[in-house]
Amino acid sequence: MSTMIKVENIGKKYLLGHLGRREPYVSLRDELASGARDLGSRLLGRARPKGLCAGKEDFWALDDVSFEVQQGERVGIIGRNGAGKSTLLKILSRITEPSTGLVRMRGRVASLLEVGTGFHPELTGRENIFLNGAILGMGREEIKRKFDEIVAFAEIEKFLDTPVKRYSSGMYVRLAFAVAAHLEPEILIVDEVLAVGDASFQKKCLQKMGDAGREGRTVLFVSHNMVAVEALCPRAILLENGRLRADGRQREVIDAYLCQNQHIPNGNLSERADRGGNGSIRFQKITVEASDPRGPITAQTGVKISLEYSSSRPIVNPKIMIGLYDKSEVATYGLDSTISGGLPGNLPSSGTVTCTTAPLQLTPGPISLNIAIFNGGDMADYVQNAVDFFVEEVDFYGTGRMPERGWTIGLIKYNWDVA
Amino acid sequence: MTQPHEIIIQPGRGELNYWRDLWRYRELFLFLAWRDILVRYKQTTIGIAWSVLRPLLTMLVFSVVFGKLAKLPSNGVPYPVLVFAGMLPWQFFANSLTESSNSLIDNANLLTKVYFPRLIVPAGAVIVSLVDFFISCLILGAIMSWYRVVPDLKILLLPVFLLLAFLASFGAGLWLAALNVRYRDFRYVVPFLVQLGLYLSPVGFTSSIVPEKWHFLYYLNPMVGVIDAFRWTLLGDAFPVNWHGFLLSAVLVLAVFLSGLVYFRRMERSFADVI
Repeated sequence: MSTMIKVENIGKKYLLGHLGRREPYVSLRDELASGARDLGSRLLGRARPKGLCAGKEDFWALDDVSFEVQQGERVGIIGRNGAGKSTLLKILSRITEPSTGLVRMRGRVASLLEVGTGFHPELTGRENIFLNGAILGMGREEIKRKFDEIVAFAEIEKFLDTPVKRYSSGMYVRLAFAVAAHLEPEILIVDEVLAVGDASFQKKCLQKMGDAGREGRTVLFVSHNMVAVEALCPRAILLENGRLRADGRQREVIDAYLCQNQHIPNGNLSERADRGGNGSIRFQKITVEASDPRGPITAQTGVKISLEYSSSRPIVNPKIMIGLYDKSEVATYGLDSTISGGLPGNLPSSGTVTCTTAPLQLTPGPISLNIAIFNGGDMADYVQNAVDFFVEEVDFYGTGRMPERGWTIGLIKYNWDVA
Repeated sequence: MTQPHEIIIQPGRGELNYWRDLWRYRELFLFLAWRDILVRYKQTTIGIAWSVLRPLLTMLVFSVVFGKLAKLPSNGVPYPVLVFAGMLPWQFFANSLTESSNSLIDNANLLTKVYFPRLIVPAGAVIVSLVDFFISCLILGAIMSWYRVVPDLKILLLPVFLLLAFLASFGAGLWLAALNVRYRDFRYVVPFLVQLGLYLSPVGFTSSIVPEKWHFLYYLNPMVGVIDAFRWTLLGDAFPVNWHGFLLSAVLVLAVFLSGLVYFRRMERSFADVI
């Protein structure tokens, strides 16, 4: 397998102007005016920051990103908004130049950064197919050859000669993707275009991209849809604030992304509105730490869950339930204060309750908590996903190996013998 | 799959693949021009009529103002013919300039989403004006036959001067297109330049009325040489070309074109970031 894409230390820097201007362009008149002002100040001997450079700051949209992609690989690129994914795609598509670094690519590159690029509303569907195809890099002969397939994929036979401005948004998107789907590049770069369109269309798109991969084409896929990324791309890359945070098997990278998003091992619950129960008691705050707070939470540590609450009524016969869930919402552990380690029969109207567990014995991955408190048999408060924490990796078995969260959540020690 | 070639992307390395890409994207260039022409004529019934009406109306006004009222000399040729022969290259230049200077901004959505050599965009805009030019040629033919003015073999030189007009408008168009992306107020400069140029160029009058002492300044306007040459090829020796002046104009045209190319290429890499 040969290397199709090699990215070395790519960086992209933008200058931000802080003069209350939202557009990146300037007007000559403004620049001349501020130039004149500077000249004036200098003549008068007054120190002043230089014209438009005042308040300008470097913003590194991408910072020292490196990775390699082999032929036929399908790679998902994920990260929060603003992480630098679109900037990376723009550089790979040669729409913008990197500020530092080097990229080597082999083969024809086709980029789908937007659905319907170049579509003109006054032109008919037929005309737009040719126009869009040409914009995406297909020759006229190629478009003619694939014309019928494109029309069939988009299901717009009847509307070929109507101006595109009369199309519904669904038809528009189908046509746009149909043209793009029939590109035959060696490298295909796709940016979140699946965000539009209904479920059956999205399925069609994913299928087409999967086919591209199976035909030996290299696919780079940016999306916020983790299910799509997980299904389509065996490998994923996580970008955070312009830096490469993770690069590897898609499940692990996706988990890292999800935890990054829900990074609240301390949850302030006082503002949460989505809760159940009669409200006589309200959780204010939840904190999760390892039984040894100096270290991370791992399979070998227990957790200490601290719940801060406040109540409008005296609390009698309290019961607290805590559910620990895997991200696919499988209940891993259920903690019930009446079953083990009981609480006193009365609790002060406000305070903190702590629950300490034995070693977790869970595979590395995210865990989320649901909490509920009962007052005299009635549910007083119930919060789902109150907080998340990540069970970090540790050498539980002493062999350097660990099963995956996808296969098992729980860990137990065992031996093998030959009878 | 075709033989894969390697692309290297590096800051400051745009050049190497560029000219090869221009050839590879030639079909896109034609498609963009085709799109602009189609769109121009699709919805407006006035569309085609406008390409005919505009030069005709201008010719009428100039003939009356400069020919009848100001009584400027026309060297034996009917004034309307004189005006129209000068208008032909001028309209081409003015339209090309206006269209290409706005072309990048108008296609901003393409520039931020798709890769292709950006030179194609202003070039395509010039082609659309070429279509208008040919329509005007037909009208001129009709007018000349009406007044029974027959051109001689010099008319075969017309394509050469057309090329010069093309270089002038494309060169200026490149400058303005690139400047417009960075300084949005250039968009307001263009109509003014065109307006001014119409009176500073020998469209409504002939170059022979310009006094000797102004000649050098006058010929600094690159379109002067082009328009004079057009008149000469179409209407004959009644309108001799001041070849020194023509040379000056031609050299300026070349300078504008080459410098425009250089400036455009240099600014190109930041278009997508700034637009």
